[in-house]
Amino acid sequence: MTRIDDTFARLKAEGKKAFVAYVMAGDPDYDTSVEIVKALPGAGVDIIELGMPFTDPMADGETIQLAGQRALEGGQTLDKTLQIARELRKGDDKTPIVMMGYYNPIYSRGVDTFLAQAKEAGIDGLIIVDLPPEEDDELCIPAQKAGLNFIRLATPTTDGKRLPKVLQNTSGFVYYVSITGITGAAEADAAQVAPEVARIKAATDLPVIVGFGIKTPAAAQSIAGIADGCVVGSAIVAQIAAGKPVAEIADFVAGLAAGAHRA
Amino acid sequence: MPEDILNSFMTGPDEKGRFGDFGGRFVSETLMPLILELEAQYEHAKTDQSFWDEMDYLWKHYVGRPSPLYYAERLTERLGGAKIYFKRDELNHTGAHKINNVLGQIILARRMGKTRIIAETGAGQHGVATATVCAKFGLKCVVYMGAHDVQRQAPNVFRMKLLGAEVIPVTSGRGTLKDAMNDALRDWVTNVRDTFYCIGTVAGPHPYPAMVRDFQSIIGKETREQMMEAEGRLPDTIIAAIGGGSNAMGLFYPFLDDKEVAIIGVEAGGKGVNDKMEHCASLTGGRPGVLHGNRTYLLQDEDGQILEGHSISAGLDYPGIGPEHAWLHDIGRAQYVSITDTEALDAFQLSCETEGIIPALEPSHALAHVTKIAPDLPRDHIIVMNMCGRGDKDIFTVARALGWDMTGA
Repeated sequence: MTRIDDTFARLKAEGKKAFVAYVMAGDPDYDTSVEIVKALPGAGVDIIELGMPFTDPMADGETIQLAGQRALEGGQTLDKTLQIARELRKGDDKTPIVMMGYYNPIYSRGVDTFLAQAKEAGIDGLIIVDLPPEEDDELCIPAQKAGLNFIRLATPTTDGKRLPKVLQNTSGFVYYVSITGITGAAEADAAQVAPEVARIKAATDLPVIVGFGIKTPAAAQSIAGIADGCVVGSAIVAQIAAGKPVAEIADFVAGLAAGAHRA
Repeated sequence: MPEDILNSFMTGPDEKGRFGDFGGRFVSETLMPLILELEAQYEHAKTDQSFWDEMDYLWKHYVGRPSPLYYAERLTERLGGAKIYFKRDELNHTGAHKINNVLGQIILARRMGKTRIIAETGAGQHGVATATVCAKFGLKCVVYMGAHDVQRQAPNVFRMKLLGAEVIPVTSGRGTLKDAMNDALRDWVTNVRDTFYCIGTVAGPHPYPAMVRDFQSIIGKETREQMMEAEGRLPDTIIAAIGGGSNAMGLFYPFLDDKEVAIIGVEAGGKGVNDKMEHCASLTGGRPGVLHGNRTYLLQDEDGQILEGHSISAGLDYPGIGPEHAWLHDIGRAQYVSITDTEALDAFQLSCETEGIIPALEPSHALAHVTKIAPDLPRDHIIVMNMCGRGDKDIFTVARALGWDMTGA
């Protein structure tokens, strides 16, 4: 049982959907980023997705691209991203942290070294966009062995034939990408997403969380309502980009979380 | 026979798209089904005679193949050593080798029922080739080009527009070729149903590196036949310039199992391969990493962030290299060297003066290496260099570098 499993067990007992918030580590700068991450659980965030900045974020729209650039220009490194997790863990041993990003910074560090460091820093799971099931030997299998969840993306192009392969080595939860596209682009449509989520739930006991294209408390509520929860990223990152104080960012997140929790 | 296959360098990639440890399919789940579909369709087309009949017809009548194998006599005399041949792929329609591959991919796209073609381009040669073939077949064409390259390759941008393509200047990241590839991938992931991504080099996720190599291998196949005809034997050394490495892979591949043929790839050394990264020599100055769907040598910092290279040639300005080159480098079948901007400029002028051929800056790098090694080789040593593109597009860059004022009359 990881913190992710515990969290879903708690939410189930409370009859609540999960609200997952994404922020980019080191955005707009390291110190502010630590403050923002620490404020998330209090704002109602059930699971934190901590973005790992990368120079070439091929699946991300402009909002998250620019967040990564701000972080890298501010001197954010993999070590500092792990340090943000450690800072949260000093006062919070419950909220799961999932690192989300691209493979090269991990590959560059060395998979075994990275997994040991991530585990020690209190990381619970990984979402690595450019590692499909075909490349499971790279990181997915080693991560599971190290006790970290490897959370897979399922997408509208994942057909019935392919779905078992996508689910096979997934743990923690399944992240359903609501649209074909990049982060922060088109708006997710609950009516279209619902049958897709049902299709995935019929094939797995894992919780299904929907992300991409969710920007408002109302959207969070309607999407969470047809799944086990939802993820908001770009909309929160846009608040950070606008230079809002941490308290205001937390209020914005609280609104989204309340939306998801109303579902 | 089994022993021959075991010892062959031509059997890659394996079923996971790997050349040794390099290559692979490092893409998001949204793209994975598309790549598997492309692989299946390509595998089918590869063994379909009607596919190759169509290719052969267009290669001959539209592109102008075979391109000549030309004995560069005055250059040979000037250097005073090895006998130098140019494979004249700069004479192709659109002025470079890029169209060899584009034809193959577009014919495949048409077979797959795709109606919208996207491409990335650096120097603009791949963009022009893609726009050209799309115009010929009446397909919608969108070309992603780094904003910086849009500026320094203005004639090619205008060509693409004349050919009916939409050219999108890429400002994301640092606005270079790698960012153009990122934006093309973002487009593809958004428009999965009708769009075919026509990659311009032997990089990207499997099956692209193998497929582009196969289409470009016409260069090496012709060279073998033409050399047998001209000299009655294979060349001693073959040389080509490398950005992503498609013209080089096309020349090299049919010679991989001819152990007596030395193979040399020439990377862009920019201002010199140093720790300031003012170069694009991925093999000489990079280390293995994962980018754009494949594992290969990359210019990157100690934290795995990708670095921008520098080269006077926009076509070599890419922080990675095709995975098959990475593998050939590691196993030692090919040798990889680097040439600086200044050396390439000297070779550019030498080709103009001695042979009346204005080369693109990309093959000028290969030629610069020829000028380094040829004088010390015996006169019966035969070198083939791939003249993969012509230099019309580069005259503004060269004029600037040589201090020539193009604004006056």
